Amino acid sequence: MSPAILTASADTAWSDHLVVLPVVLPIAVAGLMFLLDERRRRLKAALSLGTVLVLLGIALVLVGRVEAGAQVYRLGNWAAPYGIVLVADRLSALMLALASVLGLCALVFSFARWGRAGPRFHGLFLLLLMGVNGAFLTGDLFNLFVFFEVMLAASYGLVLHGSGEVRIRAGLGYIAVNLVASLFFLVGVSLIYGTMGTLNMADLARRLAGPATEPALFEIGCAVLGIAFLIKCSAWPLGFWLPTTYAAASAPAAAILAILSKVGIYVVVRLSLLLFGAGTSQGFGQTWLLAAGLATMAYGTIGLLAARDLTRAAGYAVMISSGTVLAALGTGGDRALAGALYYLLGSTLAAAALFLLAEILQRGRDPGDARQAVFADEYRDPFDDADATEIGRAFPAAVAILGCGFVVCTLMLAGLPPLAGFVGKLALFTGLAAGPITASAWALIAALTLSSFGTLMPLVRLGILTLWVPSDDPPPVLHPTEFAALAGLLAACMALALWGGPALAYADETVRWLAQPQAYIQAVLGNQEGAGS
Amino acid sequence: MEIVLSLGIGVFAASGIWLMLRPRTFQVVLGISLLSYAVNLFIFAMGRLTVGAPPVLGAGAEVVSVDDPVPQALVLTAVVISFALTALFLVVLLAARGITGSDHVDGREPHQADSQPDFPQPDFPQQDFPQQDFPLPKFPQS
Repeated sequence: MSPAILTASADTAWSDHLVVLPVVLPIAVAGLMFLLDERRRRLKAALSLGTVLVLLGIALVLVGRVEAGAQVYRLGNWAAPYGIVLVADRLSALMLALASVLGLCALVFSFARWGRAGPRFHGLFLLLLMGVNGAFLTGDLFNLFVFFEVMLAASYGLVLHGSGEVRIRAGLGYIAVNLVASLFFLVGVSLIYGTMGTLNMADLARRLAGPATEPALFEIGCAVLGIAFLIKCSAWPLGFWLPTTYAAASAPAAAILAILSKVGIYVVVRLSLLLFGAGTSQGFGQTWLLAAGLATMAYGTIGLLAARDLTRAAGYAVMISSGTVLAALGTGGDRALAGALYYLLGSTLAAAALFLLAEILQRGRDPGDARQAVFADEYRDPFDDADATEIGRAFPAAVAILGCGFVVCTLMLAGLPPLAGFVGKLALFTGLAAGPITASAWALIAALTLSSFGTLMPLVRLGILTLWVPSDDPPPVLHPTEFAALAGLLAACMALALWGGPALAYADETVRWLAQPQAYIQAVLGNQEGAGS
Repeated sequence: MEIVLSLGIGVFAASGIWLMLRPRTFQVVLGISLLSYAVNLFIFAMGRLTVGAPPVLGAGAEVVSVDDPVPQALVLTAVVISFALTALFLVVLLAARGITGSDHVDGREPHQADSQPDFPQPDFPQQDFPQQDFPLPKFPQS
């Protein structure tokens, strides 16, 4: 190691270690959690709540600190291309904050019932957060693989949490799909190593600027790697596992799993802009991303139209939001991508809230028969049951609260004014319409409009069915912690709309930062190696 | 050596993919294991093949030929992870076998797939079929 690095790192402030905490803290607490007896639920709940609150705090501090660029953390103080680095830049900090908000709300929700549905929920939950945070922070591809595996292993446990035939059957498919995706990941990573001789993202970007040895083989490696990520973000035709798995998972698990598909999106955005923004492989895979994104949006919309229950609808909403960001990345406009990032935040929060809402509304109800017609009233004489006593029927307070929450979710997901979903889609539209509108931009605008409509219609139908149609089922009971979790997610949605200006400006700055990989390379590799090898 | 290695990767990958697409869960597990062997060998090959070259050099060693240690480290990590996840998958497989009573990947036997089939049911008892992987008798369509 050169003496310059040693002297530079000798005066590190304690706050420089903030970058490693989102990885170290949850795994340490999770390790402690597995030592504790399963009966000490309150202690475990308090420990994980404290951890997630600290993670949220760290994420918010990082969002404030990365204004100037990237904050690089060298593990063991080894210099970048040889050692392991964690890099917190605007995009990572933003995603960390999103993961922490989702994690906090899902965890609080689990205090009411689901935390007791099976053993080791809190430990798995923290391990999942550790994997997600690590994937957002890591600066090289192989550690990305390791963090992905930690995240996935914990998610297998969470999908199976609560047990039961449906979960085990869904879990079997989910694990098989993700094991194969991991193999694709490894093949891609090793091909990239074999051609470029490095796995550090910044080093890769720097070497790509020079003459490439085997560009075709490198691009094959990137394509194989891309397949692994597209399976994770459930792009069509690789994402058929998502709605089934998320519908089978318990509500807090499904809410936190909503961030998992966004990890795939994050990696695709990061690598596309870092490696294929300029240089030999400029624009690699953009058409494919656009096509996959549009197809995912179409598939998600059709699936949502056919959905019979809210959990499945929420799963398809997750797919639509992934597809939107992929397609926006594929059209290639910086401003459109900024709008898409903003939209991603809002739609992820709203989809997670919908998972929680659906569980409260649908528990204790008959799961329903899949053979039943979608529009059951079409097969019935409308004058048959003229029940006049429905006028003046009192709504329980819980139903009123849930109804309000449902309206917010629907507005967010369908992108209707005045909430953040609309602002995000509007930013996307203006981004696409800036400058000459290409055919792909027109296609995306059409797909966005149609998917808005295709989200609104089934969600309204399902809402009427679950909230308004009188039934003999007992009215839903809302536990205070469940209300707090739901209110937290919806408040985050509202805050995104209220502070839409600063949030959009942050997204714009993020994309501007991502569009110039030179600054990222400089931050990770430093000056002394900027021109070397 | 190159031929042997590439043949090995190819045979592992081909049989892994074939087994992975089979309908029984245990075959899927074996398929994924074989496929991960193929991938591990592939990662190893990406560090270029050398014979008798040291991966780590001591101080003052004469550099003639070195082996790249990074792919070996990658393989080690990948082996550990795939080993752990295969074990986990086996547990889920056993749980699924126990809870659904079938080792089919769909969690039910194909001839029971539709509880209200469109075609008339044959009148021999269906439960008597042993749950093995031989082709089940074809029922008359419609």
